[in-house]
Amino acid sequence: MERRTIFAGWVLPVCLVAPQLLLTVFFFLWPAAQAMWFSLVRQDAFGIRTEFVGFENFADLFADPLYLDSALRTVVFCTAVAGLAMGTALLLAVFADREIRGRAIYRTLLIWPYAVAPAIAAVLWVLLLNPQIGVVAHALKSVGVLWDYKLNDAQAMTVVILASAWKQVSYNFIFFLAGLQSIPKTVIEAARMDGARGWRRFRTITIPLLAPTIFFLVVVNIVYAAFDTFATIQALTHGGPGKATETLMLKVYRDGLINLDLGSSSAQSVILMVAVVVLTGLQFRFIGRRNAE
Amino acid sequence: MATLELYDVRKSFGATAVLHGVDLALNDGEMLVIVGASGCGKSTLLRLIAGLEVPTAGRIVLDGRDVARLDPAERDIAMVFQNYALYPHMSVFDNMAYALKIRGLSRDDIARRVRETAEMLGLGPLLDRKPRQLSGGQRQRVAMGRAIVREPKLFLFDEPLSNLDAKLRVTMRAEIKRLQRRMGVTSLYVTHDQVEAMTLGDRLLVMHQGVPVQLATPMEVFERPATTYVAGFIGAPAMNLLPGVLCQGGMAVDLGRGMVIPFADGRRDGVDGRKLTIGIRPEHIVLAPDGVAVQIDLIEPLGSETVLIGRMDDGELLSVKVPGRAPAGEAIWVSFPAAMLHVFDAETGLRLG
Repeated sequence: MERRTIFAGWVLPVCLVAPQLLLTVFFFLWPAAQAMWFSLVRQDAFGIRTEFVGFENFADLFADPLYLDSALRTVVFCTAVAGLAMGTALLLAVFADREIRGRAIYRTLLIWPYAVAPAIAAVLWVLLLNPQIGVVAHALKSVGVLWDYKLNDAQAMTVVILASAWKQVSYNFIFFLAGLQSIPKTVIEAARMDGARGWRRFRTITIPLLAPTIFFLVVVNIVYAAFDTFATIQALTHGGPGKATETLMLKVYRDGLINLDLGSSSAQSVILMVAVVVLTGLQFRFIGRRNAE
Repeated sequence: MATLELYDVRKSFGATAVLHGVDLALNDGEMLVIVGASGCGKSTLLRLIAGLEVPTAGRIVLDGRDVARLDPAERDIAMVFQNYALYPHMSVFDNMAYALKIRGLSRDDIARRVRETAEMLGLGPLLDRKPRQLSGGQRQRVAMGRAIVREPKLFLFDEPLSNLDAKLRVTMRAEIKRLQRRMGVTSLYVTHDQVEAMTLGDRLLVMHQGVPVQLATPMEVFERPATTYVAGFIGAPAMNLLPGVLCQGGMAVDLGRGMVIPFADGRRDGVDGRKLTIGIRPEHIVLAPDGVAVQIDLIEPLGSETVLIGRMDDGELLSVKVPGRAPAGEAIWVSFPAAMLHVFDAETGLRLG
């Protein structure tokens, strides 16, 4: 049901919307416009000379093997994080959906990690995995694994994926649990009466009925993995060793703020911005269509 | 096609006992209706038989095999749910085909059986639709079809008509009865609606607070209710239950106000003064100029007959059903024909004689 409020004048509605609009203008529209402008110019390191170069920054990027490597790395990273975070969350949600004692308590516990700040979560993982003092690292070494994620590319990637996915499990868990609980109990019971059991029932009844939730979470998780994991990765590996864990987000930061190549960094930001717009648009269209049905 | 026997089936949820021991036997092809007020345990009993709940104690024997602890998948029982519980993401065809696919039937067999069943229920043109594109009555049919297409040993109906409007309910009621007769599948039907109970059942099981109180044919339940609970539950408007005492050496009841009515069917045990509850149905009360006065409070015209609700001189409520229109005036005079009395013990509520 849609509820419409009719305002008599224009002063009140403007006052109500203004704070949000101001925030959007100052913290999004302005910087975004600036990034778009910078992506079209080239500046020397001291900001003295600025030269308009059109789409040259973009052309350079797409010809740069380092950028393409980073893009590919980001795709792998996003897929792994989204897959791991959603798989784990779904498993936990399925268990938490059962009628058992004390479920309120552990449902709450499962939601906790979401409240932990990314950098703090990273510290927690450092304490677990640090080659010298980490508990897990110690255990791995005792079974003969040469563990040092600060030197080993694959291990570094594993660590940032684990830490990033862990942060997102809680969020996914909440949505999966809500999704599972919105499936009418009698539909599951009808499937039981029809003779469907275990995995088969899950695959043919539960998963299709969860499909809207799954799609929503895929988009959210990709956006999270691509754009919200900066703090986690930066705290754990700084994108290293070498560039082993440098996702596009870290590259924007490194090229812009450390290497002071504002033009290229801005061009990268614009590309990422377009990616977010596309993903969000996709989601809105899909959800809008579902609601219209 | 199967027989079903229950031996001392009990169910508790935590410390709350819901079923206090149910024994029951269904004949092959019989339609048994379980009726009772909400909370009487009738739905729990059905879910135990379905396998959706596990009994705390007792045996459930289907065709000679104890299924009480088996998964529903191993019981071959189909159930029609109150809210239909159709699979919302599947077409009508797939809804009906689901159980058959699980049992590994060939595509051709599945298609043939689904089409036959759909034809029988008039669902043919709807096979490609999704449940949300169907009306309430159509969904109900699909739910029935999903149960029928399996050709199960036993049908369970859990208040399947209570979500339909009054008119559709009457049509579907007749249709369910016709289908059940035609297919001859042993069926259990749970309802709180006494009209459904009376019209559908070969036999009725009246439940009250987790205990079966009477198992008999609908007419027997109506004519000889076993307890005051059954007497008040079956029949509309409800039977009048009046206090009385045994007198004349057990040959008559004294209802006060000078009404002493001899029993038409002989003596009741007990000493004079034993407290009784006397039941008389509103439609069995007759107007008599020399009878007891009833001040009319409320008149409910039903068309072909009229229900009068009034009070006797001591404030006791009495409902009377008279044919045609309500008689003129603010009071009526009535008497209770001796042959129409139901005699119950006042303490236990059990029928006497």
